[in-house]
Amino acid sequence: MPHRIEVGSTVPDTRAQVRKNKFGERIADVQVIDVYTVDKEFSGDDLNKIAEALSNPVLQAYAVDKAFEVADFDWAIETGFLPGVTDNIGTTSREIIQDLLGVKFEDREAVYSSQVTYVKGDISREEASDLGESMANPLIQKITVKSREEWDRDGGMDVQIPIVNLKHEPSITEVDLNISDEELTKLGKEGIANEDGSRRGPLALSLDYMRAIRDHFKELGRNPTDVELEALAQTWSEHCKHTIFASCMDDIKDGIYKHYIKRATNDIRAAKGDRDFCVSVFKDNSGGIVLDEDWIVTHKAETHNSPSALDPFGGAITGIVGVNRDTVGFGLGAKPIVNMYGYCFADPRDEKPLYKGDLPMLSPRRILEGVVEGVNVGGNCSGIPTPQGFMYFDDRYKGKPLVFVGTVGLIPSEVGGKPSWKKKAQVGDKVVVVGGRVGQDGIHGATFSSEVMDSGSPSAAVQIGDPITQKKFSDAIVKEARDLGLYNSITDNGAGGISCSVAEMAEECGGCYVDLDKVPLKYPGLDPWQIWISESQERMTLSVPEEKLVQFEELMRRRGVETTVIGEFTDSGKCEVKYKGEMAMELDLSFLHDGLPEKCLKTTYTKVAHDEPDNACPADLTDVMHDMISRLNTCSFDFVSHQYDHVILGGHCIGPLQGKGRVNNRTSVVMPVLGSYKGVAMSQALNPKYSDIDTYHMAACAIDTAIRNIISVGGTLDHLALLDNFCWCSSDEEERLGQLKDAARACYDYATAYGTPYISGKDSMFNDFKGRDHEGNQVRISVPPTLLISSIGVIDDVRECVTMEPKVAGDLIYILGETFDELGGSEYFDYLGFVGNKVPEVNVDKAISLYKAVERAHGLLASCESIGIGGLGVSLMRMAIASDLGMGIVLNSDVRADFLLFSESQSRFVVTVDPKKKAEFEAAMEGLPFGLIGKVREDKKFTIEKPEGEVIVDSDVSKLNDFYRKTFDKY
Amino acid sequence: MKPKVIVMTGYGINSEMETEFVFNEAGAEAESVHINDLIDGHKKLSDYQIMVFPGGFSYGDDTGSGNAYANKIKGNLWEDILKFIESDKLVAGICNGCQIVANLGLVPGFDGQYGKREIALRHNASARFQCRWVNLKAESEKCVWTRGIDMLHMPVAHGEGNFYAKDDVLDKLEAGDQVAFKYVKADGSPADGEFPVNPNGAARDIAGLCDPSGKVFVMMPHPERAPNFYNLDNWALLKEKAKREGLAVPEETPNMQVFRNAVSYFSQ
Repeated sequence: MPHRIEVGSTVPDTRAQVRKNKFGERIADVQVIDVYTVDKEFSGDDLNKIAEALSNPVLQAYAVDKAFEVADFDWAIETGFLPGVTDNIGTTSREIIQDLLGVKFEDREAVYSSQVTYVKGDISREEASDLGESMANPLIQKITVKSREEWDRDGGMDVQIPIVNLKHEPSITEVDLNISDEELTKLGKEGIANEDGSRRGPLALSLDYMRAIRDHFKELGRNPTDVELEALAQTWSEHCKHTIFASCMDDIKDGIYKHYIKRATNDIRAAKGDRDFCVSVFKDNSGGIVLDEDWIVTHKAETHNSPSALDPFGGAITGIVGVNRDTVGFGLGAKPIVNMYGYCFADPRDEKPLYKGDLPMLSPRRILEGVVEGVNVGGNCSGIPTPQGFMYFDDRYKGKPLVFVGTVGLIPSEVGGKPSWKKKAQVGDKVVVVGGRVGQDGIHGATFSSEVMDSGSPSAAVQIGDPITQKKFSDAIVKEARDLGLYNSITDNGAGGISCSVAEMAEECGGCYVDLDKVPLKYPGLDPWQIWISESQERMTLSVPEEKLVQFEELMRRRGVETTVIGEFTDSGKCEVKYKGEMAMELDLSFLHDGLPEKCLKTTYTKVAHDEPDNACPADLTDVMHDMISRLNTCSFDFVSHQYDHVILGGHCIGPLQGKGRVNNRTSVVMPVLGSYKGVAMSQALNPKYSDIDTYHMAACAIDTAIRNIISVGGTLDHLALLDNFCWCSSDEEERLGQLKDAARACYDYATAYGTPYISGKDSMFNDFKGRDHEGNQVRISVPPTLLISSIGVIDDVRECVTMEPKVAGDLIYILGETFDELGGSEYFDYLGFVGNKVPEVNVDKAISLYKAVERAHGLLASCESIGIGGLGVSLMRMAIASDLGMGIVLNSDVRADFLLFSESQSRFVVTVDPKKKAEFEAAMEGLPFGLIGKVREDKKFTIEKPEGEVIVDSDVSKLNDFYRKTFDKY
Repeated sequence: MKPKVIVMTGYGINSEMETEFVFNEAGAEAESVHINDLIDGHKKLSDYQIMVFPGGFSYGDDTGSGNAYANKIKGNLWEDILKFIESDKLVAGICNGCQIVANLGLVPGFDGQYGKREIALRHNASARFQCRWVNLKAESEKCVWTRGIDMLHMPVAHGEGNFYAKDDVLDKLEAGDQVAFKYVKADGSPADGEFPVNPNGAARDIAGLCDPSGKVFVMMPHPERAPNFYNLDNWALLKEKAKREGLAVPEETPNMQVFRNAVSYFSQ
């Protein structure tokens, strides 16, 4: 009989208080009880011991097999996980019990966690359910509501065991491909048919792919198994093969990835010659560059958009711990040292629901809060600092948010006397998986994100992350097994699960053999195809030589890491998979990896003319300035920065919040090697609103901004690399592909001009939503074409870095760079309700001259801010708020003041300089565009005047600070 | 002789490397050791003079921060730890380590009653993880770890750092000179519970405690994450001001004194 242990607070409970505040005034009281359902037989004595171990006597009391005594309430709402969903608290509790009593939980025995929230208030059952849904996500959690009466009648809540029961005999099935094109299309779109006629979910294989598969099997003289077809769908997915970037596009036969992105890196590396700092680019899970003689730093940025739309918490946490594995999977295993995030959301104040079929989508605010929390738990629990990140808002992210997650890693240049970034599985090596077990979670994740989100999207595509399981193997690998030389190769199990990771590693040696029945499962009843492609999290695959296997297994056992040998690497040229002795898959690696038919994509790109604003410049811009610093895209999001640990690992140097005013920084710096002043600077940039006018310039501006931000803190063009993350929409439309091609062209042009290579990249091509709006109208919402450029620069000595906040009253304020009438797609025009047409353009030659001058003059600067979204006006306000000092600015120009203040012309900085260094600084800037525009004021007043003395902005730091913080002050 | 420091790791402890680093900088010989290596006898606790539980998220804070790790110790290493404390050695817990040591009942340890839980670290009053910079004032005469320290500036990074104990326990802690650190304003005046000066709502602004011997010490903030001047949140401002006055800036912060105190305890 299962036992239910309830633990409640005996002192005021913060969690209950927070819930009460959230529920609103009609709820008079909230109590929260933690429940542990132990599905194993124990004596009463042992149960008391268990309850003691699961509670803290200073704060809590417990009840065993009866309800915990609570104060008066009207409704009891229990939230627990659905069967098969990762329950970390349950797992930890089981470990505590095993340790405490020296018992072992058998296969079907477990501990399940849940929570009861008791509320006092005059609300209906439906409203109580709504409260439940505000605390839990029905996709992964079960919500049970009982009235006081029902609770009394039943003597409390019921014992619930969310055990998975798959009443199903797993088997391999043959899929008949000798069918009509129409049926082939349907098979590709909806998936393999189950016995009851329902479909398994999208293979996302188009007709030409299905035909290629059919023809291949015709040659083999047999039909594929379901395992083979599912594996091909994973390996050939847009998500894994990046078919759009790889395909011929118009006249670009080699595809835009090779032609623009990879070629840029190749050309830059060739031009740099001896000064080339790239170590490993594109091939591996992350890109790697030289830090110094002894160390390599790696970087990788990913997206987790579709999962985050359905389950923001689960999508975001699995996103961040997933990209951590891209670091551990670099070379022989790099240590993650910095996490970063970038969120594109719709306005969280927009409460109008969207529907997918009959299901309401989560609101933008719910998505924002869930995603922020997911990265909080994932990053903080993993012990990786998160100093860098941004939030960007546009209503077109309402159907699909974009959730960027990135990780920087550190690895010695050599491990065991050999280059650490090289790895190769050897014939005869064992295929070993470490970490979590396999369940149905995450099945069809790779093919799912290659599809438009519509009512057929499976909820199994989401899952909860388990950062501690990952932390255990990550430490064991990076801090121990790597340096002991216990394996030859390693890779992450990401999209496509072991079907992709094992087959990828098999390419290193020429083949692999896998026994699917050896793969450890969360619960019985999984079909072989599910085991092969499941994306259950926190797993990595290694190739371990037979003579090292015992030592490897012993080390992992002592670190609490589950390790399983599932097969062997071979040189058969094939990927062979068996299940209970029966052939499940036998495919040539060459067909698996290169058998997909080449496509040639056609593009068009029609530029649209937009309206220009017709208002005159207001005589007084004080209110406009206040509005401009409180916009979603310019205001403080320090509530995010404060909840992400950004000091762990001891390398903190320039953090996410700068100055006394704690202004959100755009560039951060860490010292990755303790005891060394060598630094790594990181930034991110995107300008999706510019895509409405011109994607070529959109990309150019993102590149320039990401580079400029690094220069602003003290980086150099000589040691700076980039990452590209394309998040596009409707990539089956020629117009969208035309926009894409132009953006990729800019990626080549500007990276090569600056000499800043791409080291890693990723794309997500279908960020569209099809459904209904709150009035029942069919809507399709596509994200604006979004390109995130992440930059990483090596800083020789962080002691020379400069931060963005002015430091001393009386210092001179200069603008560096030229300001043009370039407000198309700007934050200011968006504020006015227009798009405009004059998008900022980057003049690379001028920019390089300026950046080199700034590099040389860095020692003369007291502060340096890279001008970004919102232009000069927003930058000046940010600097004033950060410094807690005033500013007196004079605009020496006859251009209309609002355009001058909010133009987003690129390649500009605001700097402050000690008046004693005036001559020296101006001499250093000789021949470059710069202007002295004002002084830092002691009195905290913030004023902007016209040359004739007319005051157009009259504010002060405290007011600016209030406006800067008001937008998210309730978050 | 360099004292040997055992820095405990495993199951989600995260801060062992920077903890090891600061002890080595302070002149000790520090080593990170996985808890299982102590349990199965690969390492012996008696070989060390200082035992440190560093920061992290052991067991993901499931069932309460520090609880599961403390249970593992109680079940496997309890006798060794008691022996360690009795042999004039030092113990520290920082952040998650503080939560672990509190759950082990090594602090407050009134009247030698090690093992009795009397203090707890509750969820922050904001109910959210807080990573912020705080000012601390050293309050204890007897605490070995805070000797010669007046005020320090360092980060906190925790979700459950809200010190709680019954009033009589708090009174006894104060009367017994066991309060090692309190959160204070930049000018050294009391935080009086005001957020974010007191970042978590801790009773009586308590940031750190010690046992009656002054040798077992816990604190929620992180001195090991800001041992270097360029780790500070305001180094750029301090440096620019010093530059204007023609002064040099230090390389090390006063936070290192915590670790230097521990090391010099064994060289006296």
